[in-house]
Formats: sequence, C-alpha cells, structure tokens
Amino acid sequence: MAVTVRLPTLLRPHADGAAAVEARGGTVGQVFAELAGRYPGLGQQLVDGEGGLHKFVNVYRNDDDIRYLDQLDTKVADGDTISILPAVAGG
Amino acid sequence: MRYDDVLGLIGNTPLVGIHELSPNPDVAIFAKLEGQNPGGSSKDRIALKMVELAEKEGVLRPGDTILEPTSGNTGIGLAIVARRRGYRLRVVMPQNVSVERRQLLEIFGAEIVLSPGGEGSNGAIRMSEQIAVEHPEFVRLFQYGNPANPLAHYEGTGPEIWRDCPEVDVFVAGLGTSGTLMGVGRYLKERNPSVQVVAVEPPSGELVQGLRNLDDGFVPPIFDPDVLDRKFIVRPRESIEWLRELLDRCQVFAGVSSGAAVAGAVKVAAEMDAGTIVTLLPDGGWKYLSSGAWTDDLDEVVERATKINYW
Repeated sequence: MAVTVRLPTLLRPHADGAAAVEARGGTVGQVFAELAGRYPGLGQQLVDGEGGLHKFVNVYRNDDDIRYLDQLDTKVADGDTISILPAVAGG
Repeated sequence: MRYDDVLGLIGNTPLVGIHELSPNPDVAIFAKLEGQNPGGSSKDRIALKMVELAEKEGVLRPGDTILEPTSGNTGIGLAIVARRRGYRLRVVMPQNVSVERRQLLEIFGAEIVLSPGGEGSNGAIRMSEQIAVEHPEFVRLFQYGNPANPLAHYEGTGPEIWRDCPEVDVFVAGLGTSGTLMGVGRYLKERNPSVQVVAVEPPSGELVQGLRNLDDGFVPPIFDPDVLDRKFIVRPRESIEWLRELLDRCQVFAGVSSGAAVAGAVKVAAEMDAGTIVTLLPDGGWKYLSSGAWTDDLDEVVERATKINYW
C-alpha cells in the first residue's frame, strides 16, 4: 500500500526538506513506523512516549481527522493521502 | 420586537433553508444566519456572556480595560458590549485580517494592537500574554479558555436550533475556539443523543509560521474532543466555491468561513440516506467584500485566502 504523507513546514527538516513523502503500510500507525525507520526525528515528533499521537498534532486521512476514525489503527488504502498539521488556534 | 438597547438584539438568529445545495433531495440543509447579530457575527453572543460572567464574579469593574486576542469577530462583539457597559477594550489581532474588521473595531472605539500575520491567532495570543505582564490591571476574558464561550452557545444557540428544528440529525460548524461546537453539541446531544456533531476546520496549521516544533501548538482549553463525532478539513478553494454557490443558488450572503461550513454540510449530506442538517454561518459577507470572494478570479481569491486570515 503506497500512500502520500504531506508534511507541515516545521516537520520538513526531519525528512530532508520534503513537503510530501511516499510511504507504505496498511494503517496510519504502520505508515508512521515505516517513516520513523527512515527519518527517526520525524517519528519522535509524531508519536508520544506511550505510542499515542502527539497532543499538538492533527493527522488526517484524506482530510478526515483520524482521532475520529480509528486513531493510529485507521486503515489506509493505495493512493490515500495522509496530512499532518500542527494544532493551532483559530477564532 | 422592541428592545431597550442594542444588546437585546443578540441571539435569536433565523434558520434558513439552503436545500438547493443538498446533493440528496431527501436531506434538508438549514443555515443559521449568525450575521443577523448586531455586531454581525456569532461572537456577539460570547462577548456578552463573557462580560456578564466577569461582572457577576466581580473581576470587571466600571472603567476597566479588557484585553483580548482575536482575529476580529470576538473583538467587534466585545467592542460593542464594552462601549455599552463602560469598559475600554484593547484588541490584539493578526496583521493580516480583512480591512473591514479593523475598520469596525475602530468605529466602535477599540484600541488595536497588531501581531505578526504569519503567526496567526497563536501570535495574537502570545502577544496578549506579554501585554498582560506589562499591564496586570487589564482584565483578560480569553475566549479560548473562558467557560462563558461554550455557555453562550449552550444557553442560546443550541436551544434556538432545537426550538426551530427539533428534527435535526447533524450539526455542522467551523472549529475555531471550539465554543460553538462545544456548547451547541452538548445541548443537542442532551436533547437527542443520536445527533451527530461535525467540525470543519481550515488547514490553518499549514499557514502558521514561527512554530519551532509541535510543542508550540495550541489546543483551546475549552475544547473537549469527546463532544465531536467527526472532524475534517475544508480547503480554501472549496470554501470559496461553496460561498459562491450559496450566493448564486440560495442568495445567502455570508462570510468566508461560512463557505467552509456549507462545504462540510454538503459533504455530510452526500453520505446520508435522508435527514436534516443544521449548519451555522458565523457571519455575513459584508466584512469580506474587499477580499473579492464573489467577484475576482477564483485562483487569485484562493491565493489571497492563504495569506489573509478570514476565520
């Protein structure tokens, strides 16, 4: 399963400056694990010490926030896009 | 209708059908027009409630100065309420908000401090914290953490929707401070636990600069993730396209963030067999005429929307 992972500006330095990277995995968690193997700094930013999503990061599968799907167990299919965005204020 | 002063006009906004936009004839969509508030947005509700609560608790006294970080609408609401009640207002606002927002704040007598545009609302919050250190006498209402914010919607917006549309199945609204979604969501779920509460958000994390790492991020203290059933991103292009559809097909003139709310409602409608959606349109279109949202080339407007803070 090849998916595209879009990175926010502040995480790009951890992935050799790339705005988007291709990765493999059947779930978001597997995709992140594969990315962490290639880019250890990126892995540390996304997932906290207990294996959950970092508090101030929002992750979307094709624009849907995975916290309201199956969190890191959210399934991904070939061609899906995972977007990572820092949590910021609105209003 | 007759009121003793303009603050009496806050709330009791109408629901208007925008069914033409529904991709499914068995799904009705109603829009709650918050632009009908006297300051032109849903933020009038929280401005009044925050001031009332602060007065009741004795933290706000005549002649005090209120300090608030806001991208605009909360500031405009507060400017009206503060002026009526005899307070001064200092607003910290990102430099890149629409010119009409600044003009309205000036008209109502607020003092404006501009924060770096690239830092978005995070920058305004940070700057207001610095000002608070220099001026400990200022009263901070802080919409992001003030329980009066969701309370205004729990006591006002939510009951109004239930009164006017008890058949509501899904409530869709934009996520900024989260006050609207928290207050309305809690109220509707208490009335009918099967009501779905859906948040739409702009991809603002893409635009905000100056974050060194994710720990610089911000989640409003009033946000309780459990109130929501679903949350998804609506991008600027889709927001502007649906803003234009709203005007062209329904003749409803609303603000840019309303385009995102409508896009969200349409997306949800397409996935339903039948039912009723209520979506909240936070303000009217007046403050965005300078954005060219209805008149300029779509690509140019979208490009501008990535630089100017319309939420």
